Order: sequence, then C-alpha cells, then structure tokens
Amino acid sequence: MSMTMTQKILADHAGLKEVTAGQLIEAKLDLVMANDVTGPMAIPIFKQMADKVFDKDKVVLVPDHFTPNKDIKSAQNCKAMREFSFAQELTHHMEQGKCGVEHAILPESGLTVAGECIIGADSHTCTYGALGAFSTGVGTTDIATGMATGELWFKVPSAIKIVLTGKLNPYVSGKDVILHIIGKIGVDGALYKSMEFTGPGVSELSMDDRFTICNMAIEAGGKNGIFPVDDQAIAYMEEHSTKAYKIYEADEDAEYDEVVEINLSDIVPTVAFPHLPGNAHTIDEINESEKIYIDQVVIGSCTNGRISDLRKAAAILKGHKVNEHVRVMVLPATQKIFMQCVHEGLVDIFVEAGCAFNTPSCGPCMGGHMGVLANGEKCVSTTNRNFIGRMGDVESLIYLASPETAAASAIAGYIADPRKVGE
Amino acid sequence: MKANGKVLKYGDNVDTDVIIPARYLNSFDAKELATHAMVDLDPTFVDRLNPGDIMVAGKNFGCGSSREHAPLALKTAGVSCVIAKSFARIFYRNSINIGFAILECEEAVDDIDEGNQVEIDFDTGTITNVTKNKTYKSQPFPEFLQKMIEVNGLVNYVNAKKEAQ
Repeated sequence: MSMTMTQKILADHAGLKEVTAGQLIEAKLDLVMANDVTGPMAIPIFKQMADKVFDKDKVVLVPDHFTPNKDIKSAQNCKAMREFSFAQELTHHMEQGKCGVEHAILPESGLTVAGECIIGADSHTCTYGALGAFSTGVGTTDIATGMATGELWFKVPSAIKIVLTGKLNPYVSGKDVILHIIGKIGVDGALYKSMEFTGPGVSELSMDDRFTICNMAIEAGGKNGIFPVDDQAIAYMEEHSTKAYKIYEADEDAEYDEVVEINLSDIVPTVAFPHLPGNAHTIDEINESEKIYIDQVVIGSCTNGRISDLRKAAAILKGHKVNEHVRVMVLPATQKIFMQCVHEGLVDIFVEAGCAFNTPSCGPCMGGHMGVLANGEKCVSTTNRNFIGRMGDVESLIYLASPETAAASAIAGYIADPRKVGE
Repeated sequence: MKANGKVLKYGDNVDTDVIIPARYLNSFDAKELATHAMVDLDPTFVDRLNPGDIMVAGKNFGCGSSREHAPLALKTAGVSCVIAKSFARIFYRNSINIGFAILECEEAVDDIDEGNQVEIDFDTGTITNVTKNKTYKSQPFPEFLQKMIEVNGLVNYVNAKKEAQ
C-alpha cells in the first residue's frame, strides 16, 4: 500500500504499518503548543483529565497574541498560563522579551524537526511542515487532551500534490507563491487534505519562503502543508536544533486527489483582496486599475516576520519615506530577529523611513492591539487573513501581500509594484 | 437525540472572525462569548435566535482560526445544530470535541430557506423541513466520532478510556 509523506508520519505515530485516507487513528504527539488565547482556556479542561502534563519537554505555551498585555483580562490569561507553565515545570518556558510569535519561535528554538507529529491550538501550526514535520492546528479541548495524554485522534488526510518547477523572479517570494496557489485552488481547495510540495522548484525556495508557504496551507482549508527534507532543511535543523529528526518521503506511487503544477517563474507579486485569502490579483492587474489608496501597512506576523522578510522590506524602504497618509507597523517575529534588525541596521532604515518598530506580537493581525483599523480604513498587510473585521472595524479592508509589496505600498501610499520602486 | 427549530441561513465561508471576533477573545467565558456570536456578519443574530434554532450555511463553515470559542459561542447562544455543505476542519473537530451538533448535507442547504421550521433526528441523520414537508439525508458520522458525540465530547471519551484501562 503506497502512502503520502503525511500518511507515513501518521502511520508511524499511530503504531501502524500503514494508514489510508479517511481512516480515524490515535497518534502519539511530539509537541503540543498553545498560546495565550487558547492555552488559558485549555487549563481547566486539562484538569478534568490529568494533574501533570504527559511530558514536560513536549508542552510549550507561548504568550504572543494579546502581549504585551493589552488589558486586564488578557493579563489574567497570561498570568494563568505562566503559573501553569511554572507549576508543571515545563522545560521550555516562554515569556515576553525572551520568545516571540509562536510559529517563528518554535522552529528557531529547535523545538520542531522533521518527521514529528505536532499539534498547536492555533490554526497556523501547519507552518512546521516546512521542516518535513506533520503539524496541524487544533482546538482547545484537543490541546488539553494532548497535554494530558500525549495522543490525539486524527482523520488521515488525502493529499494534493503541488509540483514546483522554475525559479522565483526578483521581488517575488513565498508569500506570492502561496497567494497564487490559494487563488488557483480556492479557500477550500485543500479542505481536510495535505498539501504536499515537491518538484525541482523546492530547492529554489529559502526556508523562510517554505515557512510562509506552509503557514498559509490552512487558508486553502488544508490540514497541513509539507515540504520534502532537503539539504537546506537539514542545515536549518542542524543550526537550530539538537533534537533527532527523521526523514520521510512519499512513495513514488502514492495516490493524490489532484496534482497542481506551479511554475515559480510565472509568478509575479500577488495581492489577496478583501475578504478572502483566495481573492488573488496580480500586481500587473493592479497596476492597470484605479489606484487603491491605503491608510496602514503591517509588516510582520507568523507568516512574514522572519529576518529575510524584514531584510527585503528594508531594502525597498532604504532611502525612502513612508507616505504622509500612511502609518507602518513593523513587528519582527522573535527577539532574535529583533536583534538581527538592530545589528544589521534595519531598524535605522525602518525608523528613518517613518515606520513604528515594535516588539514581537500577533497584535494587529487579528485586530487585537498595536494597529487596529478604524471604519473604512485600508491596510496592506503581510499577515495571513483578510476576513471581514479581522484587523478592526467591520468596514475596514485588508489586502494581503508580501513584505516587498507592503514596503513599496507604504512609500507610494497606494498598493504598489515593488519592482518599480525608485523608477 | 433530536433538534427542532427555526432556520437562520448564511452563505459560504462563514469564518471564525465573524462567528466570534478576536477582540472578544480576551475572555473564554461561554456566556459572555455567546452575547457576541456572529456580530460582524449579522448583528441581529443574538436577538433573533431562539434556543434550539438551527443554522444553515454553505461550504467551508468555520474557516479560519482554531478558536474553540467559535462553536462554544454558537452552542451557548442556543444553536442546536449547524447544517452546512462542508465545515473547515478545525471547526469540525472542535464541534465534535465539545459535543456541538453539526451535519453536512448539500441538498438540505440548497433547499432550506431562512425561517423554515426544521427537525433533525441525529440517530438516523434525517433532516425534515416541516415548512416544506420534505426530508433530506445527511452523511452519518464514522463510528469512532459517533461514540465521541454520544459521550458528549473528547474529555469524557478520554476519561472513559482511562477508566477502562
């Protein structure tokens, strides 16, 4: 019986020789993660099942959504989570000033490696597929169960095979690739399924590009996104982690529901218009249409707050000023990335251009704090969702784009082509 | 198990940000969350909903965030069941895990109109449109999930399994 890469990982973690799509299994977990929205809610549910977590090395609680705490209620939530983390003596205790946004800090800290089965009570947990792990977002009761038992039920997914060929053009990155793919297959195009990336184009993508692409698998409805483990992935893990990893490969004759071919060379800067991540428009279409004037730009998040994202945005902004009608929030995704921005002079570039340079937080992405939108405002954001009211008022509008397109738009004051800055 | 109520109908891709906007997620108090259910898509929802009413929606219901607050808000507001063409996978898991009834049935979604009176027999998966005098058949849950629904969620399932060992 042939299996996809995801199915092989799940079979091993369920102690089964093989699994097939649709089968319900209970699999062992290598890492269980929650944040300050889902974690505090999980604690009382956890206590209905256990007193102690199944493995203190394998449970991580990351305060990143409403941090630095925006109000008393969110402070109470973080307090509950902090006390739980200390009481349970969790090995990897996370705290503001020492961590960052969950899906950036976990791989950076070496807590996620190839071949693992990972759950997180956050939908963008699919990010770690970039390293060749099975990782997926779940809810609060799931995470409480994971913390208590180290196991969880899964329906084995079927898969879409996404074959990448060609190489990226200048000013095009992982964000454009995933927006292009979601635009092509739709926001439920991969519903309940794995998105397995493969093909010669994989080696053309940096690890940061792969994290961005897997991060948004959920925006196509996917259960997980996953990349094969190549030299780049191994180098990343060896740099960041001391954990043992295991490389899985899909069988050559594995069955896929669909094969989607993507030539990276064909992709141009791409923007998802309100109110769905699948509402993709190419920058060429945008250039030919009436200008879309904007009020705010956000550069950061679990999708695009990594160092290469910020380097690219800074390269565009260098020597320019943010348009007088626009405010820009830059949020490096972790403390380490923050320091890199300091040492590489990126902070100087951002601040001199007129950007606010903030501490790592999920804040503006889900309209929490640190950049909430007013009625009728338009925002170009490197985040992952442009749903109604996601970043603030119900009548605000979100345009999802790459760091380079976001930076170019900040300068222009309207959605602009990063290829044309300085022309 | 049965449900009986009036239908509130919505379209495709009803996302978790409209079911319960993130600005309310600094609390996980179910009663408080319920007062904000659906506010960004339908501010009249909470006022119009009577306990036991049924939501009907298109494809990919509950897409977006992993927030369990979403099914919890609907359940606590008094929704007895959501019938949709399909559910986003985390919403699907969360609903089963907290014992909130959901059914997938394209035919029912296409035929049922806003305000119709609908009865559901969960044991047989039969949906009856009382207003139109029609019945539709939903996909039954696999046995494993049926068991979890019967014991009213994952926590009870885990505890029962632990006791059995």
